[in-house]
Amino acid sequence: MFDYEILRLIWWGLLGILLIGFALTDGFDLGTAALLPFVARSDVERRMVINTIGPVWEGNQVWFILGGGAIFAAWPFVYAVSFSGFYLAMFLVLAALILRPVGFKYRSKRPDPAWRSRWDWALFVGGLVPALVFGVAVGNVLLGAPFRLDSDLRAFYDGGLLGLFSPFTLLCGLLSVAMLVLHGATWLTFKIEHGPVHDRARGYGCIAAIASVALFALGWAYVAFGNIGYQMTSLPDPIGASNPLRTVTAPAAGAWLANYGRYPWMMVAPILGFAGTVLAFVGITRGWEKTSFGGSALGAAGIIATVGLSMFPYILPSSIDAHSSLTVWNASSSHKTLGIMLVVTVVFLPIVLAYTAWAYKIMWGRLTTDVVSTHPDYY
Amino acid sequence: MDPAVIDLSRLQFALTALYHFLFVPLTLGLAMLLVIMESVYVMTGREVWRTTTRFWGRIFGINFVLGVATGLTMEFQFGTNWSYFSHYVGDIFGAPLAIEGLMAFFLEATFVGLMFFGWDRLTRLGHLIVTFMVALGTNLSALWILVANGWMQNPAGADFNPATMRMEVTDFGAVLFNPIAQAKFVHTVSAGYVCASVVVLGVSAYYLLRGRFTEVAKRSMTVAAAFGLASSLSVVVLGDESGYALTDNQKMKLAAIEAAWHTAPAPAGLTLIGIPDTANRTTNYQVEVPWVLGLIATRSLDKEVTGMSELVLKAQERITSGVIAYDAVERLKTNPDDSAARGQFELHKRDLGYALLLKRHVADPRQASPQLISTTAWDVVPNVPLMFWSFRIMAAIGFFMIGLFGLAFTLCSLRLHTQTRWFLKLAVFAIPLPWIAIELGWILAEMGRQPWAIDGVLPTFLATSSLSRGALWTTIVGFTLLYGTMAVIEVRLILASIRKGPYEHDEDPQPAPGPIPAEPIVA
Repeated sequence: MFDYEILRLIWWGLLGILLIGFALTDGFDLGTAALLPFVARSDVERRMVINTIGPVWEGNQVWFILGGGAIFAAWPFVYAVSFSGFYLAMFLVLAALILRPVGFKYRSKRPDPAWRSRWDWALFVGGLVPALVFGVAVGNVLLGAPFRLDSDLRAFYDGGLLGLFSPFTLLCGLLSVAMLVLHGATWLTFKIEHGPVHDRARGYGCIAAIASVALFALGWAYVAFGNIGYQMTSLPDPIGASNPLRTVTAPAAGAWLANYGRYPWMMVAPILGFAGTVLAFVGITRGWEKTSFGGSALGAAGIIATVGLSMFPYILPSSIDAHSSLTVWNASSSHKTLGIMLVVTVVFLPIVLAYTAWAYKIMWGRLTTDVVSTHPDYY
Repeated sequence: MDPAVIDLSRLQFALTALYHFLFVPLTLGLAMLLVIMESVYVMTGREVWRTTTRFWGRIFGINFVLGVATGLTMEFQFGTNWSYFSHYVGDIFGAPLAIEGLMAFFLEATFVGLMFFGWDRLTRLGHLIVTFMVALGTNLSALWILVANGWMQNPAGADFNPATMRMEVTDFGAVLFNPIAQAKFVHTVSAGYVCASVVVLGVSAYYLLRGRFTEVAKRSMTVAAAFGLASSLSVVVLGDESGYALTDNQKMKLAAIEAAWHTAPAPAGLTLIGIPDTANRTTNYQVEVPWVLGLIATRSLDKEVTGMSELVLKAQERITSGVIAYDAVERLKTNPDDSAARGQFELHKRDLGYALLLKRHVADPRQASPQLISTTAWDVVPNVPLMFWSFRIMAAIGFFMIGLFGLAFTLCSLRLHTQTRWFLKLAVFAIPLPWIAIELGWILAEMGRQPWAIDGVLPTFLATSSLSRGALWTTIVGFTLLYGTMAVIEVRLILASIRKGPYEHDEDPQPAPGPIPAEPIVA
């Protein structure tokens, strides 16, 4: 079997794949829900928008759940420290995500317009809030979180919910919203019949694409010149026991860009982030719907990969205690657990992808107002 | 640790877990019933079975979303509220949760979309397979969650590693094939089947009493009676008891359920009823059935069932031994190569968790006096009256279920189920009972495990996150409001669906008599 160092790298890569998988699948659900009150005005239009994601959002949401489970299993330190450290932010995300399944299922159970309008707003919150908070959380990960570990490796935190919001983290939050709204808009243009909703989705998609490119560029500039970043001053021990207290970290301005000098191939990620988003924009303006959806997917993948690669080998640096920072080398599960989980993943992930593809194929095709208004199975 | 933070964390977990488990059992059982009903439809091709399947499918859907929504909270709560637990056992405990996502949850969530939206896009057989995949997914999901929970009750296949200050897996097979997990799986899943059967039975009985939708109702009732009888027998016969002999904690749980303060000579009698007195450590007014407990707990007439006092003495020895392990770990922290400390640790590592119990009373367990050790040993006794009464109510409902379904099955077989009105009324009133038994079952399993988060390994009071009271109150109030609103809406929607009945449009073959048309209908 692989040695510990390789397994840790693989699981760091899988963590990235899971986050990207979540952004690409559930991402368009979140974006679509956030667009709901804007692109669709009448009840039948709203039902059409909701039903583009109706049959698939549940499976998509599992990427989020699996992300949580995989971090727990492969990066227990990251799971323990980040979720409790971002406690109230996590609560906001959960509360918003709880509204979503219920909103989908219950909205059309009663004809009352007030009832439906309340659920529309619940779905909007369920799309917007997680998108925003995820971005804000990533911004905080880049800045370093205020936690320290004691000698028993119990985590303690300074700062609460409001401490999470700073100009840079808000910028990251807005980038996340723009990126997912773009993804939702390209999904809608691809999935919905030509008509007013389609046209509005194109309009919002264009704005979101421009905003994504601008915010990503601003974020990159802040990372380059904004006096943030960390670097290791001790030698990394890629096969050592998972114990953060054995690593020494120091803040280092601009260190988040150092990897691109060391490994130039990593530039692929930011380039993809820009190019994909631009491609989505071009696709939307020209009416190439598959291209724009693919472009926004590539753009989102590139943007997320950029964050991960910039920080390597850090996963969650500590801003108040250099010793406590979590890295690829000091925060993983044991060699044995990583090996077992890899086998499980290699066996089951292809099966999951296969039946997911089949499910999308069964539900393939554009939604029309006719189908939605005559069919009892639709939301 | 601030004691309020511990209590609030426990309160929040109990609230969210008990709430989550209002929806899960119905999901588990209804999924199976849908498979049965739809199989009949595919085999016979009769439209009434399609109507029946789709009707229960709608109830399933309303319930399913809340199971999913509240499951999200559970998945992340270990990290948010039980951060030290997550660090301490994540190496083992995280794996079943991740595998659940990959193997089970993807399956049920992907296919549930097709189940609702795919009626016209799939062949009959194709749709049946989709429904089956949903049922398989929900049941596999329960399996992996109970593997995780079973490990908390019997932490096999893992060792403490002083270099990483956490438990690490040594034998993954032992985690998977944990006998307590297997027993729990069968018991829990069967309980879910009973729950759904009671709902189908009760709602069908309501229709039959009203004389509405009788074609769907009498068929549904027959399916529920047969499936419910098998499941209720399985809940009780293949019940939870098979794991009791395994660990000190499970023995303690059994002793607490029985309010057995002292080891009695074999074979032990079963205390049918009594009043446990925690202050004097005795049970008043008890009525005993001789021999039965010995038979249940040890499958023999000559083995003793250990009482609480004896288990406390054993805990006291383990605390003393654990302090030695604790001392070794502290020395290994400063010098990982200290071979004397390593040897000392290896000898006493099994008892390390017991030394941690002392942290509730003293910062450094090595400073504990023998007096403190002997009082701390009593911490391993869970809440006896709660255990005692929860078990009796749960078991009584279990036996009542066997009676109810035995009766239902007999009446259905004799084709008397549509006219025996007292039975139909009984079936309607029985609807809430499985939930009471199921929630009490979780209280037994989890409160019976106290003071441990992980039996013998990590005390609950150490497992929490370092949070503020304010943060905890915010989320408790938030979840309570959100969950409360959802519960009200869900119950109303289910009741509305039941009132509306199985027919989506106006194809009801027996419409309620309406006003006579004012004008004659001309063809």
